[in-house]
Amino acid sequence: MTPALAQSSELINWDLVANLADEIRTLTLQHIVLTVLAVAFGVVIAFPLSVVCIRRPRLYPLVTTVTGLLYTVPALALMVVLLPVLGLNIWPVVVALTIYTLLILIRNMVAGVRGVPADVRESAVGMGLTRRQVLWRVEIPLALPVILGGVRIATVSTIGLVTIGGLFGRGGLGQLIFDGLNRFSSTRIILGAGLSVLLALVADGLLLLLQRGLSPWARKAGIRTVAT
Amino acid sequence: MNDFVEAFAWLADPAHWSGTDGIANRVLEHLWYSGSSLAVAAAIAVPMGIAVGHARSRRAEIVAVQTANAGRAVPTFAVLVLVFVLVLQYAPELAFGYVPTVVALVLLGLPSILLNTTIGVRSVDDDVRESARGMGMRGRQALRWVEVPLAAPLVVTGLRIAALQIVATATLAAFVAGGGLGRFIRDGYTQQDLPQMIAGAYLVAALALLTDGAFALVARATAPGRRRRGRRP
Repeated sequence: MTPALAQSSELINWDLVANLADEIRTLTLQHIVLTVLAVAFGVVIAFPLSVVCIRRPRLYPLVTTVTGLLYTVPALALMVVLLPVLGLNIWPVVVALTIYTLLILIRNMVAGVRGVPADVRESAVGMGLTRRQVLWRVEIPLALPVILGGVRIATVSTIGLVTIGGLFGRGGLGQLIFDGLNRFSSTRIILGAGLSVLLALVADGLLLLLQRGLSPWARKAGIRTVAT
Repeated sequence: MNDFVEAFAWLADPAHWSGTDGIANRVLEHLWYSGSSLAVAAAIAVPMGIAVGHARSRRAEIVAVQTANAGRAVPTFAVLVLVFVLVLQYAPELAFGYVPTVVALVLLGLPSILLNTTIGVRSVDDDVRESARGMGMRGRQALRWVEVPLAAPLVVTGLRIAALQIVATATLAAFVAGGGLGRFIRDGYTQQDLPQMIAGAYLVAALALLTDGAFALVARATAPGRRRRGRRP
């Protein structure tokens, strides 16, 4: 790098960072809200669907095929198609990202419950538990680490995808990246990208703690999750 | 609902298919960006994955897995924009067009190919490796004739995930440096032309689904068990 270039345009201008502090706070908050909404809706939809798939295994391939096809459609295309239906607000972004979480969440919920050892299930039945009781008191608690592993993967990928909403002015830190592009401001781009990665790492760490706290028996064994 | 129908009408209009801004050219652009990026990413990550998996070094494996996981947390859009701005600053004559887009897409394709290839080669059974040696195969031969074929399905999975990631992100390239199918979404948005925008989304979705379908066929062909069954009369 020649000194002239370095002088004219540094990669990060720290004065600008200080000036942007308020904006950064607002956009980070928006990023978190968008992510939490998408993942929360995703869990609310994926949970009953998974229970149905566990009860009726024949439906599972159908559900994974449909959610898999939706997962294949690029997020931007989903947002665009939802735009005329939901309007220019946060909802096309939230709904598109919710749709995106479904495959990951359902796969991990079903795999978690299926991974419960057969003898554990049989002992529960032998103790006189009904099918519903076996599911709620034995299978789901034992599957919790895998289920939360799915929530972790879904959350981390959602945090990354939120930035795409920046193209429509509804993308949390993605807006900072988009502004940076329009003004050729590498400071904004690096800030937006860096904070988004930081957010993903923090969320991942917090969910890992939750995962461990809720499943003390699995602490040593390691947890198998189903990635994309 | 009307906009969705009008988007089909927009697609059906022959005037929208020809020329540099036409659909045909944009599809080719999109395929060219995606295909060449996937090829370069595979040329880098597959040999690396094979080496790491074959060496069975716990440390190298952890590094590969951690890199791939960290790669998942980085927003694809940010990589695209960051590479563009860096190219613009240090090699401005290359900034608008092919180079920044493909560099970014290659970077995005690497982690999943590396991860899946590593795991694929790594998870070949020790007994199988020993049998190969017992049959007189040397390290290289065992790798070529036993380990790599057995890892092939996972390698294809890695390529499939990378390809989908690349095709999806190539759409965003239109907002940064280049062309591709994202142009219809971008132009539709700036011109407030909803049918054009939705037509762009249709095209992007169709291309992604076709890519996935093509890889599903490749995956079927590389699954070792199935191939034998298929040959039987």
